[in-house]
Amino acid sequence: MNARPQPQAGTRLLLSGNEAVARAVWEAGVRVAAAYPGTPATEMLETLTTYPDLVAQWGVNEKVSLEVAIGAALAGARSFTALKQVGLNVAADALMSQTLAGVRAGLVIAAADDVGLSSSQNEQDSRFWGRFGHLPILEPADAQEAYEMTLAAYEISEQFETPVILRMTTRVCHVKSLTTVGQRREAPAKGAFTHDPMRWVLVPATARRRQPVQVERDKAMAAASENSPLNFAIAGSDKRIGFVTSGPGFLNVREAFPNAPVFKLGFSYPPPIEKIRAFAKGVERIVVVEETEKLLETELMAAGIACTGKAILPASGELAPEILAPAIAKLLGEPVPVRKATPAAQQVFPRPPTMCVGCPHLGAYYTLARLRRQVTIAGDIGCYTLGALHPWKALDTTTCMGASLTMALGLDKGRSPEDQDKGIVAVIGDSTFLHMGMQGLLNLTYNKGNVTVLILDNHTVGMTGGQDHPGTGKDAYGMAAPRVDFPKLVEALGVNPERIKVVNPYLMPVLFKTLKEEIAIPEVSVIITNQPCVLIEDFERFAPYQVVEKDCTGCGNCLNTGCPAILVRKRETVTKNNRPQELAFVDIDMSGCTGCGLCVETCGPDAIKRMAPIAKGGHHHG
Amino acid sequence: MAEAVTNVLLCGIGGQGVLTAAEILAETALELGHDVKKTEVAGMAQRGGVVTSHLRFGAKVYSPSIPPGEADILLAFELAEGLRWIDHLRPKGVALINTLRVVPPVVSTGLFNYPADPLADIRKAGIDMRAIDAGGIAKELGNVRLVNTVMLGAVADFLPLPAEKVKAVLTRRFAARRPEMAEANTKAFEAGRAASRQAQPVPA
Repeated sequence: MNARPQPQAGTRLLLSGNEAVARAVWEAGVRVAAAYPGTPATEMLETLTTYPDLVAQWGVNEKVSLEVAIGAALAGARSFTALKQVGLNVAADALMSQTLAGVRAGLVIAAADDVGLSSSQNEQDSRFWGRFGHLPILEPADAQEAYEMTLAAYEISEQFETPVILRMTTRVCHVKSLTTVGQRREAPAKGAFTHDPMRWVLVPATARRRQPVQVERDKAMAAASENSPLNFAIAGSDKRIGFVTSGPGFLNVREAFPNAPVFKLGFSYPPPIEKIRAFAKGVERIVVVEETEKLLETELMAAGIACTGKAILPASGELAPEILAPAIAKLLGEPVPVRKATPAAQQVFPRPPTMCVGCPHLGAYYTLARLRRQVTIAGDIGCYTLGALHPWKALDTTTCMGASLTMALGLDKGRSPEDQDKGIVAVIGDSTFLHMGMQGLLNLTYNKGNVTVLILDNHTVGMTGGQDHPGTGKDAYGMAAPRVDFPKLVEALGVNPERIKVVNPYLMPVLFKTLKEEIAIPEVSVIITNQPCVLIEDFERFAPYQVVEKDCTGCGNCLNTGCPAILVRKRETVTKNNRPQELAFVDIDMSGCTGCGLCVETCGPDAIKRMAPIAKGGHHHG
Repeated sequence: MAEAVTNVLLCGIGGQGVLTAAEILAETALELGHDVKKTEVAGMAQRGGVVTSHLRFGAKVYSPSIPPGEADILLAFELAEGLRWIDHLRPKGVALINTLRVVPPVVSTGLFNYPADPLADIRKAGIDMRAIDAGGIAKELGNVRLVNTVMLGAVADFLPLPAEKVKAVLTRRFAARRPEMAEANTKAFEAGRAASRQAQPVPA
């Protein structure tokens, strides 16, 4: 994407929280932004690629992205990074040291917590980093606040010479609401970078000198929080409960209890303890509504402000009005409100996320499923984590980015006598490999592991919607960029060239044979699949297939590919060798079929035939 | 709960254009001076999973989510999804249900059953339900991709927003992005309006 004309100052726009942050980053005069994609944070950097006057780039992971932003901030440019909650773990090494040295120009880290676990492996609370790293935390509730607090975050960052964490949640990132925007202003000039090793070279002697600075900074930030207009009380007539809340919790409290007094935190760390103490005096009791951990509540208790919160509210997930209302009614000894809703219907089948029609990963997982009993399979983070599900059930572990290769080495070295003959397979995608898998592979070859690595290279970051990375040959703007050569890369990381195979995953017999051979060889092998994600431009559709009804024997083999275009036409139970056997006769949804031919390879009676090419859009779906 | 906030729950599955339809309604409400909030579901839901969009508009909207039992209108782009979300409707709410069935692999492979007659089950809830064969209508108009526009037309007369305004926002959006589709979309919108008018409401 290239710079687009941007709306004028004063315009009211319907923006998502992510888009609002991007707008404010641009207006704040930021010149460098770097990030790695991750739901729900991805659109912040993506949107920045449409703005002029700044450099927006995909980094290979969150740590390098934050370090680029730190470097830019030392050079004197306001800078920005966005990441999801687990991404901040990856970047934490840089964060926890730079917090001592601080920054010259403003640096804002937008950390997006996946409250409610829509697309993550855990639900950690990024507000901890404020306590851990002595950093200010700002917490917007919606897009307008995300916009305003991003601008405020740059002021705070420069005032205290520290990175600032803008704590977002899924309900802020992905909710669209009205946002009134302003205009870009150049950031205050910081002048040339000057040699100052006592500040920027962190070794024990310099770090020790910075510690008292940090203590003073903590005090100054606490005073600033007490006086910040981002922390304020809203009066209410029903003084039985005063709510102390931040982020989307604030909106839910206002929705459920419009007459209650509320203390709203925007500059939530350090918390404005004295302001809250004063607020508490005007109400009968305090309830803290925070997503998700018991942080503020603990701090208020420590400060001697009596309150409750997690004792009556859920310890995880969103605190929606329908969760707050009954909990508060119970606390007040009132009857729990009964909603006059339409009665719930019968249980409807689940519709879990699944791989796409014709996805190249289908071939890999169908093949792995056939080897299931002979191997332990360590998985990783991406669309292909879905391979753990029905019908493939072809993953044994998933923990975090890059952990497939490293845990595979541990599974190899720690194997029990019963597992001596088992193969160990690590499955990782192209972007995840570049994010955190390269070190794991080097570690694997160096330590002489007996592991077969399957790199599923679909030429994109699939799960987050198709972003570019060093393996795609394009940068964040879609412009040509150096493209990493995976076979050469893995060879450089110590893999024997004879053990590096590039395979088309749609040719399942070849993939099967290659996997079997490489698993049998007791050294590190790398098999790279080389077909693109079906959702990106490089993907080529072919004429669809159809099932010749009379030839289908109902064996159901093709259903084991997991391709969503294969539909069951009818089921039958027959008796074969005195045993009941379930038959499933199939059809193919030809409007969805990409003509990849995977299912043809699974069809014994050869009942799946290619159609003549059809006109686009001419078939009714379903 | 605050009065005068209208809650529209749109549901369907990944890739059906649920979010785009919600966006058009949100833009319409915005242009008419309402406060608007609209949730988006992304991430894993893009992979054939359940997609919902909560649209709330009125004088002042706080929480972006529609609590269960508070939706005024349910706009379902798929039959079983309509059934799944029916309990989010308020008792006198209106449900507009596309009769399209999209069968997921968990059903194809025999782990679960697709409900035999979701419309009958929805009727049992005793609400104003109107079934729309949006796919059939779009096909008659010559392009199955018009399904979303048919559904937008179907809901237009049930919203506290002028249908003509919804149509204008829709038309403008297509004029900017796909001018060749503008006329077809207008036709699809009107066909959807007619279909929901003709669809027999089931008395509560």
